[in-house]
Amino acid sequence: MSRFEIIKREDFSDVTYLLEILHPMMAKVARPGQFVIVMLHEHGERIPLTVADFDRNAGTITLVIQAVGKTTKEMQQACQVGTGLYAMVGPMGIPSPISHAKKVVCVGGGLGVAPVYPQARAFKEAGAYVIGVLGFRNKSLIFWEDKFRACCDEFIVCTDDGSAGIKGLVTEGIKQAIAMHSDIDEVVAIGPPIMMKGCAEATRPHQIKTMVSLNPLMVDGTGMCGGCRVKLGDKVKFACVDGPDFDGHLVDFDDLMTRLRRYTKEERMALDHWEKNCRMQKQIEAASALPASPAPASKVKR
Amino acid sequence: MREQDPQARAKNFEEVACGYSIEDALRESERCMLCPDEPCIAGCPVGIDIPGFIQKLGEKDFRGAYDILTDTNLLPSICGRVCPQETQCEGVCTVGDSLEPVAIGRLERFVGDTAIKEGWVNIPYIEPTRFRVGIVGSGPAGMACAADMAKAGCDVTVYEAFHQPGGVLRYGIPDFRLPNEVIDAEINNLRKLGVKFECNTLVGRLFTIEQMIEEMGFHTVFVGVGAGYPTMLGIPGDSLNGVLSANELLTRCNLMRAKEFPNFDTPLPLGHRVAVVGAGNTAMDAMRVSKRLGAEKVYCIYRRSRKEAPARVEEVHHAEQEEIEFHWLTNPVAVLDDGKGSVRGMRCIRMELGEPDDSGRRRPVPIAGSEFDFETDLIVYAIGTNANPIMGQTSKLKLNKWGYIGADENLATSVAGVYAGGDIVTGAATVIEAMGAGRKAARSMKAYLGIRDSSLPYMAQDGNGAGSLFGIDLKERNFARVRVA
Repeated sequence: MSRFEIIKREDFSDVTYLLEILHPMMAKVARPGQFVIVMLHEHGERIPLTVADFDRNAGTITLVIQAVGKTTKEMQQACQVGTGLYAMVGPMGIPSPISHAKKVVCVGGGLGVAPVYPQARAFKEAGAYVIGVLGFRNKSLIFWEDKFRACCDEFIVCTDDGSAGIKGLVTEGIKQAIAMHSDIDEVVAIGPPIMMKGCAEATRPHQIKTMVSLNPLMVDGTGMCGGCRVKLGDKVKFACVDGPDFDGHLVDFDDLMTRLRRYTKEERMALDHWEKNCRMQKQIEAASALPASPAPASKVKR
Repeated sequence: MREQDPQARAKNFEEVACGYSIEDALRESERCMLCPDEPCIAGCPVGIDIPGFIQKLGEKDFRGAYDILTDTNLLPSICGRVCPQETQCEGVCTVGDSLEPVAIGRLERFVGDTAIKEGWVNIPYIEPTRFRVGIVGSGPAGMACAADMAKAGCDVTVYEAFHQPGGVLRYGIPDFRLPNEVIDAEINNLRKLGVKFECNTLVGRLFTIEQMIEEMGFHTVFVGVGAGYPTMLGIPGDSLNGVLSANELLTRCNLMRAKEFPNFDTPLPLGHRVAVVGAGNTAMDAMRVSKRLGAEKVYCIYRRSRKEAPARVEEVHHAEQEEIEFHWLTNPVAVLDDGKGSVRGMRCIRMELGEPDDSGRRRPVPIAGSEFDFETDLIVYAIGTNANPIMGQTSKLKLNKWGYIGADENLATSVAGVYAGGDIVTGAATVIEAMGAGRKAARSMKAYLGIRDSSLPYMAQDGNGAGSLFGIDLKERNFARVRVA
């Protein structure tokens, strides 16, 4: 029934989940660094999500989502195999420029682990020596290790509690990579703004080109609303059409983080409103003794 | 025309102007003198036979009036509401020399609304051709072009990046000026002509203009993507939270229905004291939307005087009735920070009018030492837009020095078979001008495809037309019309 059908779902943890969505035309042209805007339903908001992978043969677009706000939590409940999204438009943004760098460090943390994967793979395919640096809170949250190992010449995992790999943030991993290789041409860092800021600061003294992928608030994603404007030195750029990739040494991350907090109050309200409705729904169902709705899938469904 | 009371309407999103009753329309139609030189037709960007439809209206033949209107204008309900009639048809009306001009826009709206209510739609006899036409953008330029190409028998597909068609009519113009039902009705009329709408499609990124011609089987393509890319002032404090473009405010409110938050998920910044910079139609919409969202005070900050304001006269008038505070000859110099990354206020400077500039309007000059601060918690920039860069990034279309798509007088671009019109060629303009451009491009596209039809009253492009074009009488309109109940 729905136009953008979900054909696979995988849950990495209780907050992180993967969706594969059928869109053969988009799968044919999507490139690393691009993003899509999705709407769950007609009353939904438009949220930008970086393309985590694409399969040109199967015609699918892969999204990896963290359930943090109302929409992503609602999607976690609603998006099951066989259901669909109300809208998905893309691929948006300028594809990441896969340079001729010979040695590259690809850094992913939190939300950014999945989107940095296609870049690591593209660099590998372009003949670069790829060092993967991934950050997770603890061992149980690690995902896609096999995919990264397949396209990385070196692979460094960092965990906050030291339960796997190095204990510490991804910046520790970057420092280790820089210590071991004096000839790194480029660092690509994707993750929360505070992490990307740390990465840019870690590479600045070594003057290593550092590209970051910004994900500010957006509405249309086509350059029309200006909600996603970011400061780059003394210039203002729109992440949706001028980016989303920018030189990390020029990005004003403090400005980005302030602007990301614009709707904190409203986001809280939307979440409360939705959770209240969910609770009421459950009470109604319990009261009328109807069978409860199926529990959210916790394993891969195909 | 009856209007909602200003006090009441400033709190709802219902339409302000209630429209004519039959009696009003008949009375107003009698004021038209049916003068022989028909200045109003020349004053209309699409050349509607205005005296013709008013005459039918006066004869109570509303269907006949609708038929005449739709010969040249597919979207009478929209144009009757949003055209700047005072600088077009009504501005040159003979009656207007001594009295109020005939309210052509209101009569047009009456006929269009009657058609929607009665379910009338004019499907001309269409002889199918083998041609496929692709249209990029479902705003007024794309809709007008789609209508003409479909009537010429082409298989037309319109692509839209948003999840609903309509372009600026949908995301930009608020419900109280142009209700969504009117847009839906007009789009359904296009569907009845066989036009297909494909939403969620970002042309340029999903496929390119060149691919449409070379791989996807389109014989000709029209690009009407609008100007997009809002301008920021470039003053200190621009990036503070609480400063946003009118496009963002209006899109959140109109398309995403943030006014119904949290039943709709998209939030909206609510201000108690809202300052809107600019005095065009978009600025008026932003102010009146803010008022309806519950702002206590809404200020209009404009560096020129009321006379130079580019908005429709009626919009300024409505805004004044709704207690918008206008600060003419005032220019922002800085946005003031509350220390937590949000807006606390604005610093402005008083201006005076100096010598005329390139646009012929008197240039505003700052008065030294006249800076002053005032309190505001939301600032909306409605100071125009720049060219959207996506087409330039993804196609070989030649751009002009401002980044707009370069097009010749026939609206042909640098790529064979590709035409462009509307804001993406001219920069920000009006709905009817975009529709005019869409129709002009359609004429060129038909010539390019070798389609010769007589369904349009051909207009001589210059004085050499000598009353005929390729042997076709300029006033010829000999297509058969099929009526659908």
